[in-house]
Amino acid sequence: MNRLEELLREAFPGDEVSVEDRTGGGDHFQVTVVSPRFEGLSLVEQHRLVYDALAGPLADGTIHELRISTKGTE
Amino acid sequence: MKDQIQQIIEHEDVVLFMKGTPQFVMCGNSQRALDALRRAGAPVTAVDILPDPAIRQELSVLSGWPTIPQVFVRGELIGGADIVEELEQSGELERTLTEKLGADYRDEPAERVVAVA
Repeated sequence: MNRLEELLREAFPGDEVSVEDRTGGGDHFQVTVVSPRFEGLSLVEQHRLVYDALAGPLADGTIHELRISTKGTE
Repeated sequence: MKDQIQQIIEHEDVVLFMKGTPQFVMCGNSQRALDALRRAGAPVTAVDILPDPAIRQELSVLSGWPTIPQVFVRGELIGGADIVEELEQSGELERTLTEKLGADYRDEPAERVVAVA
């Protein structure tokens, strides 16, 4: 399991998390999180939770490009 | 510079902070956000963050959003490329623009570029 997936699983325990390396180069990612925590939140608030979880790799340059898809569970 | 960025966010109807300019886009995600805004007919004011790394730093401190592009409508962060694309596809972007800018928002002057220094 890669570091991004690990961080997301820590932040969203028990929720549906997937990380796709879009180019195979280890720096362009598509992450998808389906979590009941997103219910009632705006998309900006939902994406902020994902950014918070990935603050480390975002700050240190591991992530060059990130695409985020979030969904509630309802 | 911080004040200048703040001023742009507050005074322009629709601001797109991007890598490059609408005429010469330097990043796929900036292109996606621009395309979605164009499809919605938004009067885009573009700010190129590439000329000075401080622009991006100051912007992210102001917005609390770590990535580029960033789209603001009447001072409010709407989101990055993924959100703007999603909102455009669901029709919500047009609803937001109509709500905030009025039903005739498509008649406003078209794209322009503002520099931050």
